[in-house]
Amino acid sequence: MLAVIGTVPDPSFPLVAGQVALHGEEIVIQGLRVRINRGTPALLASAAKICEALNLPAPFAYLAGDKGMGDGSKALYAHLEKDLKDRAFKSLVFHYLQPDVDWHDRVLFAIDEMSPRPLLIADAGFMYAAKMSGQALQYDLFTPDVGELAFLADELAPHPFYTRGFILHDDRRVPDLIQRAYVHDNAAKHLLVKGAEDYIVKMGETIKTVAAPSSPAMEAIGGTGDMVTGIVSALAASGMDLTDACVAAAKISRGAGQRANPSPATQALDIIEHITEALGETFSQKQSKKSISSAI
Amino acid sequence: MFRLFKKLVTPSSPSKKIGRGILVFEHTSDVIRAEKVLKAKGWKVAVMGPPPEIRTGCDLVIEFPLIEELAIIKTLQESNTSPLQVVPVTSALLNPVNIYTTRDYGDYLMVRAANMKITIDKKTLTIVNISGGGCPDVPYLAGELVGKQLSEAPHPGDIGHTLCGYALQLAYEEIKRQCSPL
Repeated sequence: MLAVIGTVPDPSFPLVAGQVALHGEEIVIQGLRVRINRGTPALLASAAKICEALNLPAPFAYLAGDKGMGDGSKALYAHLEKDLKDRAFKSLVFHYLQPDVDWHDRVLFAIDEMSPRPLLIADAGFMYAAKMSGQALQYDLFTPDVGELAFLADELAPHPFYTRGFILHDDRRVPDLIQRAYVHDNAAKHLLVKGAEDYIVKMGETIKTVAAPSSPAMEAIGGTGDMVTGIVSALAASGMDLTDACVAAAKISRGAGQRANPSPATQALDIIEHITEALGETFSQKQSKKSISSAI
Repeated sequence: MFRLFKKLVTPSSPSKKIGRGILVFEHTSDVIRAEKVLKAKGWKVAVMGPPPEIRTGCDLVIEFPLIEELAIIKTLQESNTSPLQVVPVTSALLNPVNIYTTRDYGDYLMVRAANMKITIDKKTLTIVNISGGGCPDVPYLAGELVGKQLSEAPHPGDIGHTLCGYALQLAYEEIKRQCSPL
């Protein structure tokens, strides 16, 4: 089963753990409703769409309220340190958490006690902490955008905010940034670099790029990166090869974007709604949806 | 009439690097508040990344002229924003990203500062999207800003708590500057 760890921007939201259901424009966990706009709820909604289409168990989530003070994140870290070792998840996805290297390391120690060890995927704040900890290669997949890739490529930067000027992101320099991130061991085993052209990378080697269909407005839309991470996480949890899952996720998210015909004012939810159709379209190019389910 | 695409101006930093100290706070939001207080009083201070020996994660400090320490501390005490520590600068500080990029989508304008992007409708000056970032206040800030006009939206620096929030403040100031009346 896929498990997602992240926060919702409401300090009164309690720490909860459980399976997530989709209800219209909200996700529901332990009877609590959260609107799907961006951030971890957008990731969860996207993953839930894929799980539902492929007849997989609904995603499990650990969520806490945090609007940036770090209190909810710390409570989550402390809970995970105790809870994870007794769990069996196919994959763990870490998302919007206050970056904290000490807590990151404690959670990673807890993961070491899990058997079998889950696939580890990190994005957003937790990816920042994973890089800062010097343990990026413990992770199977990071899903940075090009700006975050530049941060991974800068061995001195503790946060994307401090990425040095000569490394600053430029879509034309993505291959160089990928190489630099691996030279300093600051990338996971796989990367799905989200940008005008998506790069799927395995141990420094670019396996494939995906550039079509293209909807330039998606760069401005908050939550589209979360959507990609949710899609690839669900596909990976299905047992699909991670590289194949990255390629499929890039195509599905682009397909969903194209179907939404977005402007820079479009909201992520309007694109997430098209994931199921885009999934079918992506796989129907080679095989029927039914056979995809059986194939994975 | 709005002057979109004004020439970018690199923010200035304190001219002298010798005889400077740093103010260390518990939260990034405290740094942002203290910066606002000190700049309002005319102090030449700069928000920077801390030196490695006191770096705890994604933090910011305020660099200030050490000779002004007493007066600055008094100013901060009066505004209930006292720092946790005052430390002389002995090693290099990290410079925050100060390069902005602008993308014109026709009816919409997007400005990026560091890892944060803000997009507005050029006709109504309404914030239509916030994207980028990875700290937990990003979804919160987006919820507070999207759908509001630039003039009525809360300042990200006032309600944000992290480096991503601070980067969004820079993007917000830049897009306001580009859209300000001639």
